[in-house]
Amino acid sequence: MMPKSPRIWQLAERRYGLLGSKCTVCGKTYIGPRNVCPVCNSEKIETIQLPPRGTIYSYTVVHTLPAEKDNYGPYIMAIVELEDGTKLTAEIVDCDSEDVKIGMRVELAFRVIGQESEHGIIYYGYKFRPIISRT
Amino acid sequence: MVTFKDKKTAIVGYGSYIPRYRIKIENIARVWGESLDMLRGLKVQEISVKGPDEDQITIAVEAARNALKRAPEVSPKDIGAIYSGSESKPYAVKPTSTIVAAAIGAPMSVRLADYEFACKGGTEAIISCIAQARSGMIKYGLAIAADCSQSLPGDVLEYTASAGGSAFIIGHDLGDPIAYFEGQYSIGTDTPDFWRRDLSKYPRHGGRFTGEPAYFRHIIAAATGLMKELNMTPEDFDYIVPHQPNGSFPVEVAKRLGFSDSKVLPGLLSPIVGNFYSGSSPTGLCKVLDQAKPGQRILLVSFGSGSGSDAFSIVVAEGIERKRDLAPKVEDFINRKKYVDYSLYARFWGKIVL
Amino acid sequence: MRDVAVVGIGMTRFGERWDKQLRDLFVEAANEALKDANMNRKEVQALFVGNFSAGSFVGQEHVAPLLADYLSLRSKPAFRIESACASSGMAFNLAYMAVASGIYDIVMVGGVEKMTDISAPEAMSVHAKAMDVEWEAFFGLTLPAAFALIARRHMIQYGTKPEQLAMVSVKNHKNATKNPLAQFQFEVTVERVLASPIVSDPLHVLDCSPVTDGAAAIILCSAELAKKYTDTPVYVLGFGTASDSIALHDRFDITTLYAVVSASRQAYKMAGIEPKNIDVAELHDNFTITEIISYEDLGLCEKGKGGLMIEEGETEIGGRIPVNPSGGLKARGNPIGATGAAQIVEIVQQLRGEAGKRQVSGAEIGMTQNIGGSGSTCVIHIFGRQRR
Repeated sequence: MMPKSPRIWQLAERRYGLLGSKCTVCGKTYIGPRNVCPVCNSEKIETIQLPPRGTIYSYTVVHTLPAEKDNYGPYIMAIVELEDGTKLTAEIVDCDSEDVKIGMRVELAFRVIGQESEHGIIYYGYKFRPIISRT
Repeated sequence: MVTFKDKKTAIVGYGSYIPRYRIKIENIARVWGESLDMLRGLKVQEISVKGPDEDQITIAVEAARNALKRAPEVSPKDIGAIYSGSESKPYAVKPTSTIVAAAIGAPMSVRLADYEFACKGGTEAIISCIAQARSGMIKYGLAIAADCSQSLPGDVLEYTASAGGSAFIIGHDLGDPIAYFEGQYSIGTDTPDFWRRDLSKYPRHGGRFTGEPAYFRHIIAAATGLMKELNMTPEDFDYIVPHQPNGSFPVEVAKRLGFSDSKVLPGLLSPIVGNFYSGSSPTGLCKVLDQAKPGQRILLVSFGSGSGSDAFSIVVAEGIERKRDLAPKVEDFINRKKYVDYSLYARFWGKIVL
Repeated sequence: MRDVAVVGIGMTRFGERWDKQLRDLFVEAANEALKDANMNRKEVQALFVGNFSAGSFVGQEHVAPLLADYLSLRSKPAFRIESACASSGMAFNLAYMAVASGIYDIVMVGGVEKMTDISAPEAMSVHAKAMDVEWEAFFGLTLPAAFALIARRHMIQYGTKPEQLAMVSVKNHKNATKNPLAQFQFEVTVERVLASPIVSDPLHVLDCSPVTDGAAAIILCSAELAKKYTDTPVYVLGFGTASDSIALHDRFDITTLYAVVSASRQAYKMAGIEPKNIDVAELHDNFTITEIISYEDLGLCEKGKGGLMIEEGETEIGGRIPVNPSGGLKARGNPIGATGAAQIVEIVQQLRGEAGKRQVSGAEIGMTQNIGGSGSTCVIHIFGRQRR
């Protein structure tokens, strides 16, 4: 199989740094690159830094795993609404499944998302976790 | 070996990261039928455990981001070099520093490399950043000291090897200093006390040989060499942070050097989180910075098997008061914990061979 | 545009068809459709096949000419349409337009999926490709997980209960016991659904449609020609198709399937009917929550009252508007690319009065609603015994 490195590389910095897109005309923001605003049809889209904190909009604990998550164990997937209103899909980590709830505040974490194989490239990107409490 | 009389090369940001999971060492001992009496001498109660989706790179990025939070005056675009020191790189070939650079938004014109010198790769990274900042080659350097420390199942290392690390942003005559470097002294010899062969999963070691001829000889030589160079004695230092392979060696080496327990305990974290290898003494330094006052002096001494030691004299600056609360402290990470048993630990670590 | 009629239908038994290959399944359904239409295969002018992911499931792409070849339709134009679970619903829509426009007089349309040649976790990963691979599946979202996110919000916003989701499964399983081609011909209870293992909470195994092998095929022709082939042509009265964001997180409110709202309004308008005129419907119950939300977004009940609608038995055979008499995706089975065509086969049988023990008595108008991905595609067709 051809390595997936080009496809991973194309989006890596966006996934690492939580970069999004913003329509400079209507102000709508998105995770992921876009060339046309799906709300106002403008082509004036800029890349922006999305806020690293948000709240859980909906969640599920995935028990039946896809092949990529073989032996990973049950995990929490959520739609997170960032502080600027942008929504994205991410895994919630460092959180027990009985503790996750809608409205819970979460922050950006940097994690391994997967790997091509034991010998292939490793995919990194964002996940979210409960905010680390400070003394 | 070097003294920095100008007091201008400084840490302007520091940050740590420790994974959430812990295992108590009696849990490991139960698996191998090891007597707790035999392990008491390690003076380690529990160790941090990486999550199933964590590795040396994710820890490096988390620590680097926390260091940047404590350096609000530094734009990632001003970082001219990133060096990562570790002995548990996920890739044998492809630097961790490349991924850290992308993750923090460093510019393309950045100097990147990884250091390996067992548990002192991280302090080598600090030295490179000091040198390049002082020489004007870079504005700021990012030095990372992090590991997901490997240990052979059943080996005594399994009771101490853990995951965590720290990162430091270093500049010369720039920014709002947290602590400045006053002197640096290094030791290096061919002492094969601990090693990992290419393509081996786990390091091997010489047992008690890792003690006197390795850890103690090198740390004492580096620390005394630096103090002599600076014309100082233990009385001049408020804290000592030696490498922490377990809970007893750091206290013992401090005592032999003439430091009281009260100067080594504030930076001691191995009894409750274990040994982060490259990240060990640097995270001890962060724990001290979390509580130190401006003007206090810290003696940091790493030890890397193979073997060598890097000693630093570091003086806390005013910026600490302004920046300390801008990121989670080491204590915050220590307090954030969830215990796992050996079976989960083994799964998270990939120690279950399929 | 001219009127179009269904004059032949065929469908394989749905389930784990270990001894059959993709081509065998489609040829089985297609030959049956030809036989049902009393038609010589030479009369078929074009083939439209819905297929989701033969490349991932069986390693074969370019399935349209493959199937044409094995049906002895060589030299005829053959199209493959991919819209995830809505593949053959969309194939039917294109086939309909091809005949309605006058370009062809007689076409075959169908769908096929052979899913059991790969492991269940691999199938889960293939299914996830129906969502945004880069911004959803990459991060670990599976299709059941996407609908679980929807279900959780629906429960929060409208008070929908797990028991109500389970009732969809109970109803559809019960209906499937009367469908000899259904994958699961056994009944379940609410207790059993809720006690079944969790796939992605709050969805249990018995809230989810299964992995299925199967095919379905339909012969369409112009209304003028229909009586030549059958005494009981079923006419296409209207359709609606719509798209929505590929990623669930890009929708304003995930408890509404906007593509369903839009497609259904188009279809009702074209057919000149209202929801209350529908006698029987095959809806896209890939997960139990989807059927409940579909009741709402199709206008069969008020928004938020889908749970109540199933609870009050309105969608059982004999109820106000029977839904999924075939057993639905849940119990008839969900061979992804064949599902939309299977829905149409059922509605045609119902309108012909040939649905046996699961017949909805006096059904004159029927509807199919076929969804792709997490609701990114919706295609709806309305059928009637009488021409418009």
